[in-house]
Amino acid sequence: MKTLIQILKLSKIYKDAEMYSLDDFSLSINEGQIFGLLGPNGAGKTTLISMLCGLVKPTSGSFLINNFTYANNGDDIKKIIGVVPQEYALYPTLTARENLMYFGSMYGLKGDNLKEKVIESLDLLGLLKFADKRIETFSGGMKRRVNLIAGILHNPKILFLDEPTVGVDVQSKNVVIDYLKQLNKNGTTIIYTSHHLSEAQDFCTDIAILDRGKIYAQGTPKHLIASIENARNLEDVYISLTGKELRDDI
Amino acid sequence: MSVYKEFLLLKRDFGGLVILFVMPLVLIITVTLIQDSTFKSISDAKIPILLVDYDKGNVSKTVFDNLQKSNIFTVVTKIDNKLITESLAKEAVFAGKYQMAIIIPEKLSADLQNKIDQNVQKIVNSFGMSDTLAKSDNTKVVNQKEVKLYFDPAVQMSFKNAVMSSIDKMISQIETKSIYATFQDQLGDGTVSFEQNSFISFKEIMPKINDKEIKPNSVQHNVPAWTLFAIFFIIIPLSINIVKEKTQGTFIRLRTNPVSNSIVLAGKTITYLIICMIQFYMMVAVAIFLFPHLGLPALNVEGHLFMMSVVALFTGFAAIGFGILLGTIAKTSEQSAPFGATSVIILAAIGGVWVPVFAMSKFMQIVAKSSPMNWGLNAFYDVLLRNGTISAILPEIGLLFLFFIITTAIALLYEKKKRGV
Repeated sequence: MKTLIQILKLSKIYKDAEMYSLDDFSLSINEGQIFGLLGPNGAGKTTLISMLCGLVKPTSGSFLINNFTYANNGDDIKKIIGVVPQEYALYPTLTARENLMYFGSMYGLKGDNLKEKVIESLDLLGLLKFADKRIETFSGGMKRRVNLIAGILHNPKILFLDEPTVGVDVQSKNVVIDYLKQLNKNGTTIIYTSHHLSEAQDFCTDIAILDRGKIYAQGTPKHLIASIENARNLEDVYISLTGKELRDDI
Repeated sequence: MSVYKEFLLLKRDFGGLVILFVMPLVLIITVTLIQDSTFKSISDAKIPILLVDYDKGNVSKTVFDNLQKSNIFTVVTKIDNKLITESLAKEAVFAGKYQMAIIIPEKLSADLQNKIDQNVQKIVNSFGMSDTLAKSDNTKVVNQKEVKLYFDPAVQMSFKNAVMSSIDKMISQIETKSIYATFQDQLGDGTVSFEQNSFISFKEIMPKINDKEIKPNSVQHNVPAWTLFAIFFIIIPLSINIVKEKTQGTFIRLRTNPVSNSIVLAGKTITYLIICMIQFYMMVAVAIFLFPHLGLPALNVEGHLFMMSVVALFTGFAAIGFGILLGTIAKTSEQSAPFGATSVIILAAIGGVWVPVFAMSKFMQIVAKSSPMNWGLNAFYDVLLRNGTISAILPEIGLLFLFFIITTAIALLYEKKKRGV
């Protein structure tokens, strides 16, 4: 399988921080994987995704996305990635359709093709009848679904999802997960962070458990569960590797 | 699409629309009405001043008559039907009930006449004509007299200076007239009379367009200045718009798609430039069509509208550049809004919107030349009051555009340095 993301000795320390958010971090992600990045608060998941999306500069180390670097081929990378951030990255006073038309146009989609794509995606995620309602009137689950559509309208080769199901009801979560599985079947590689371990266990093909900027374990969910004695599920593996103490980070 | 999105966002922000379109109109109408009445000689705008007359002579009568005729003041000599004393006047003025009081001392007229008589006699004596002339008492010592002025402490220096200078002029004229009259009495045989009108007079030569004099009025001065001020206020909604994108998270999408930040900013620039021009035309329309109904002179833009539009466009560029920079650097709208508002006021103050630059100290004049508001104001005055051509405003609009380029470039570099990989 082709390696899509190659991370080599990547480190990041923020200004005035005492600890590295990512510390000499290396990882390979292959085409077609649904790769879960799991870890407690402050493990470095969001920092890693932010760097891979071109939002944060590494302190040291490097990475390749589809054999491109941001320094030389930033636009080529941006064309093939989709980003679904933790926040509802939408304009609250615009309607769902207006938001999606705008963000779709930023990827070069236009005309009837864009309009059809927006309608099709809203329909698939059960939002078509709310297409012309303002985002500020939507529930959390509805906003999450529009947030997801805004990241995948251009059929990205790689999709970064930062906690895509946080704060949503079970129904919305199921719709989102099913949709993501379908996307993956159609060829999109997914990099995903979450605190929902059972969701990750069912959804991901591969998982890395991170803490304090390093990888503690990596493999398929089955492999990880099997690697820890008496572990029944991914949560047991996670607790065993990262401990039970609270991780209140600022 | 970016421009369309920005318009949609603005359309759905009622508060933002009020700031953008209604507030500038309220500002320009209010300020012009206030400033116009300051200079206009209309009866209901007369300033009441207290006159305490201990002299009861010619001088105090002349001062009273001149003040009454001035069309600026109404003279008050009684409060509650009681003649005003110095202590009463002082108390009323210092309490802010009246803006000023004039106290004319006892025997001012008589002593002035004595002094003039003595001086005239000395001159006449030096010509050896003393025998033929009426004698006056040359030995009496006449002390210098003082007309006291009390001002309300809240009265501005410029008003104080203007009043003091006009009273000084009035007293000088009285002195001159008395001197002439005394010479006439001493030398004349009843048939000689001196011409007492001023020999030197002043005539202001106005610039002309098509042989028609351009007479500047408060509207011609105020509309450009406050239009500029209002255009610069676009900094606030624009910077809030950029800060909101950061706090809402939409900024992440804008940074992770293939469209560069400069294209996104170009979309904002076009949108806000269109708004600046709409603001400008609304303010000009109000000044042309509404002002006459409010008792103000109409703004005369005859033959200048195109050039004024050019100045407004480049002023808009400068304001937008500043707004982009502020929105990029500020982390919250709590930072950007007060900073934006305060900096517009500072730029206006140093740019000469309130106090003309020529009246500032040397140091402040140098500072003023670095204010984009000053460049815009000069360009507007060049067009509207000095009948300047495009070449006259080229340096100013060039500086305004350069300001836009520099501020936007700093914003782009800052953003790239802070976030870019």
